[in-house]
Amino acid sequence: MNTLLQDVAPTTVGSPALNMAIFGLFVAVTVVIVIRASRFTKTAADYYAGGRSFTGRQNGIAIAGDYLSAASFLGITGAIALIGYDGFLYSIGFLVAWLVALLLVAELLRNTGKFTMADVLSFRMRQRPVRTAAAISTLSVSFFYLLAQMAGAGGLVALLMNVNSDLGQNITIAVVGIIMIVYVLVGGMKGTTWVQIIKAGLLITGAGLMTFWVLSKYGFSLSNVMLGAVSASPSGEAILSPGLRYGESTLTKIDFISLALALVLGTAGLPHVLMRFYTVPSSKEARRSVVWAISLIGLFYLFSLVLGFGAAALVGPENILAAPGGVNSAAPLLAFELGGALLLGFISAVAFATILAVVAGLTITASASFAHDIYNNVIKRGKVEADAEVKIARRTALTIGAVSIVGGILAKDQNIAFLVALAFAVAASANLPTILYTLFWPRFNTRGSVWSIYGGLISSVTLIAFSPVVSGKPINPETGRSASMLQGVDFSWFPLDNPGLVSIPLGFFFGWLGTMTSREIDRAKWAELEVRSLTGAGAEKAVVH
Amino acid sequence: MGVMDERHTGGIPIEEYEAVQQSPEFQELRTRYRRFSFPMTVAFLVWYALFVGLSVFATDFMATPVAGAINVGIVIGLGQFATTALITWLYIRHANRKLDPIAEQIHYEMERRA
Repeated sequence: MNTLLQDVAPTTVGSPALNMAIFGLFVAVTVVIVIRASRFTKTAADYYAGGRSFTGRQNGIAIAGDYLSAASFLGITGAIALIGYDGFLYSIGFLVAWLVALLLVAELLRNTGKFTMADVLSFRMRQRPVRTAAAISTLSVSFFYLLAQMAGAGGLVALLMNVNSDLGQNITIAVVGIIMIVYVLVGGMKGTTWVQIIKAGLLITGAGLMTFWVLSKYGFSLSNVMLGAVSASPSGEAILSPGLRYGESTLTKIDFISLALALVLGTAGLPHVLMRFYTVPSSKEARRSVVWAISLIGLFYLFSLVLGFGAAALVGPENILAAPGGVNSAAPLLAFELGGALLLGFISAVAFATILAVVAGLTITASASFAHDIYNNVIKRGKVEADAEVKIARRTALTIGAVSIVGGILAKDQNIAFLVALAFAVAASANLPTILYTLFWPRFNTRGSVWSIYGGLISSVTLIAFSPVVSGKPINPETGRSASMLQGVDFSWFPLDNPGLVSIPLGFFFGWLGTMTSREIDRAKWAELEVRSLTGAGAEKAVVH
Repeated sequence: MGVMDERHTGGIPIEEYEAVQQSPEFQELRTRYRRFSFPMTVAFLVWYALFVGLSVFATDFMATPVAGAINVGIVIGLGQFATTALITWLYIRHANRKLDPIAEQIHYEMERRA
């Protein structure tokens, strides 16, 4: 193993100045593009949906940029490096989930809605109760996801920029938040989309280059890379087979099944993913978007497999764990091992760009939901002019940006990695059942919608609150800390870390029960929704400038 | 831009949708869509569930070597990538050939009448 790396690994590798310079270049380029995009951001459809004028390919790349968060890029590579097969197992749920979006959701949603998920869910229901519920769910999912991303930025700063002081990390989180606010306020959905496209291009290029590099060291044989990982790993051959993380007990096995269910059903219910389908002119382009997204995301997780085992083989699990950032440092350390400070700088910049692109997408989604659903359609009963609504959306984005900076600073030392899994669980339990019922069940009605959204949302959040991720995990003798978010208390009674196995069936059940206990049915609106969703007749058209 | 009306139907009268919904062309479109998408969704979910189930409950089977460091688990895992690509391709072909022409025809007729 590289002796230089062993000497340097416990502190920081590479050149923080170089990392920051490359990231600064990314910010400069994207800000210019965002400002150019802002010239064509005039109407509400421009701000929320990029004028619906992106091609399927552009949108598909942007979806990949939106979806492949830092947790995917750094987390999955690191997980494969440390626990091998179980990390790979985890990554696959994120990919196959896209088939739900392709086969059942993307095109029908594009044809039916306008700007938000609530547009579709409230389409044939009484507006105010359903929009309120759908907006609360949208805001919850976006907020959980956003907080996890912002808190992750703190750790990333320590790892990549050698900023270890509390103040320095806080300032960096604030800077990330401010750049994100600029993207969203100035560029709207068009600017955000371009940031995501550029980031996806850099991420996949960088990961592809590293994959090629790793494979070239092992005679282009995946098997040889894996054998290299086996000899470097303290777990030995065990990293090739399932069980290192999820195989501990029957409980951990069931817990993984619960997680897998939330991943596979949650993706097509993530509001920030759904909103991206409104940025294309037709359902056919929405279909192309998903095909591009599936191709790029699939390619990326194949790269992750090589990079994870490659990081184990070339960097070594002990060095990864010893580095600041721990598991998340696998990909950056591998970059340094392969291409020195320059490649590390590039990968670091990509990691930051990832956070920026993802938080910008979440912020525009949350601001759209508040302004369009809650402010205009619920409070003002749909009587607000489009320009005034966009003004509210911009103010909301500013507020969300401020809240996420404060939240990110407060949460940065907390163990809140579970928030991403919670976002998927809520999306799968509250949103997906309601979307599927809305699109395919004629009998479905207002009470069913409201019950399935709140039923899924409340059950997943409640179960998480009383799960071991929040309180009651055993104290690790080495660190003296519990792996739970809260220390020194134990009010957990739900045994699993992931609520999906219980909350997803509950979401479907409440939707059914609510529907059957209410006699309401709007046949005319059902006809409109079904015909519109499958044919595109009456669907929103692209903006022509 | 005027007041945004969420019940705006794109210039097509709302009664028109009910008539179209009852038409044989639309019924055919719905059947073609559902006959492909619903069973395919069930199929990939079962296949994914099988992969997850074997990975957590049949670890010894999944650890069976195939070639070099590659074992059954990795092969089935890579198989998930392959089937995802295959289903995507099949759906695109189905949609282009069987769904789009009829959907576009109905859409065109409705806008022409409106």
